[in-house]
Amino acid sequence: MAGERAVGLVRELHRATGGNLPPFRTEELRQALEEMRALYEQNQADVSEAKSGRTDLIFLIRFRHCCLLRNQRCILAYLYDRLLRIRALRWEYGSVLPNAIQFHMSAEEVEWFNRYKKSLATYMKSVGGEEGLDLTQDIKPPKSLYIEVRCLRDYGEFEIDDGTTILLKKNSQHFLPRWKCEQLIRQGVLEHILS
Amino acid sequence: MSEAYFPVGPGLGLEESFLSLDDILMSQEKLPVRAETSLPRLGFVLGQGTGTGDAMTEGSKLEIPLWLAKGLHDSKRRIISVELPKIYKGAWRTVLSADANVVDLHKMGPYYYGFGSQLLNFDNPENPEIAQTILQTFISRFRHVMDSSQNAYNEDTSALVARLDELERALFQAGQKGLNDFQSWEKGQASQITASSLVQNYGKRKFTEVDG
Repeated sequence: MAGERAVGLVRELHRATGGNLPPFRTEELRQALEEMRALYEQNQADVSEAKSGRTDLIFLIRFRHCCLLRNQRCILAYLYDRLLRIRALRWEYGSVLPNAIQFHMSAEEVEWFNRYKKSLATYMKSVGGEEGLDLTQDIKPPKSLYIEVRCLRDYGEFEIDDGTTILLKKNSQHFLPRWKCEQLIRQGVLEHILS
Repeated sequence: MSEAYFPVGPGLGLEESFLSLDDILMSQEKLPVRAETSLPRLGFVLGQGTGTGDAMTEGSKLEIPLWLAKGLHDSKRRIISVELPKIYKGAWRTVLSADANVVDLHKMGPYYYGFGSQLLNFDNPENPEIAQTILQTFISRFRHVMDSSQNAYNEDTSALVARLDELERALFQAGQKGLNDFQSWEKGQASQITASSLVQNYGKRKFTEVDG
């Protein structure tokens, strides 16, 4: 059935709930594009025949055209939705993605992510006076300057503003400035404890 | 649920949303059509014929996906004419107007409302009745969807959503999210910074690579 591969891509992406990014299906995408190329060439051949009188082919040409449009739509929606998920990663996770996620992205998507990061950084610098404003911080309104955190896994040494270093070992608890920990909490290294 | 991921939503009414994954899957659903002219090799192309030379003769019935039906349809009905799937026909319409809550809309095609709205694109004399039925069905079922989504806290909801179509499921999820957010606010957890849900899925693998 025409368009099955392209729809398969969409189906898999739709099943990945919660904004998860499944691996990039290079092979299936290549096959779908190959199918489009074949349909297009068959239509090119048939159009010249139809022009010289074989009107019974017009239906077939129209059918192939529908299939081409369908493939185009599925592929575009697939690529666009993946970009939306990658964009969400910048806001939720941070500017450095773990390798596990990077393996799921194609080279072009990594390139797009880098350019988006840069755009965002430029914008954030231009807002809020001299130092810029980090929009990815304080997603939830803060209640206090310092927060209690517990370390969920061994992370290593961590330096805070007044120069002291803290060793983040599994299960150690610390009382740290909010702005330093926010990203580590979002990445799952620390856990915010409410008193 | 990821809070920064905003997928393209399905279209409303007669227009589909081009980039919406939901609309693409909805338009993959099949509907019955009648061939108005002899269609050379269509049977083979759709996998329903017996050989390469098989032509679907005029008057034969097929089931094709919605996207293909929309593409081949025109008002003069030169190629195909569209028939209604049974859930939108008179008999089922009567059932739905009697009591819409008992019908398993997920089984009758998981995109009842979306697909039904798209059917209105084909000029069918029953369109006004179909439109009325879809609207009334939604009105009578909505109360139940909203109620159950606002009262099912921290429990297994699979029995509640089993008979809902996709639109109703999306509404149910929205209701659940609202409920969960409110409950966490009540507990004072609203100001707690949480790990991104995306991390929880990838993080485990990454950190075991580092530790191991």
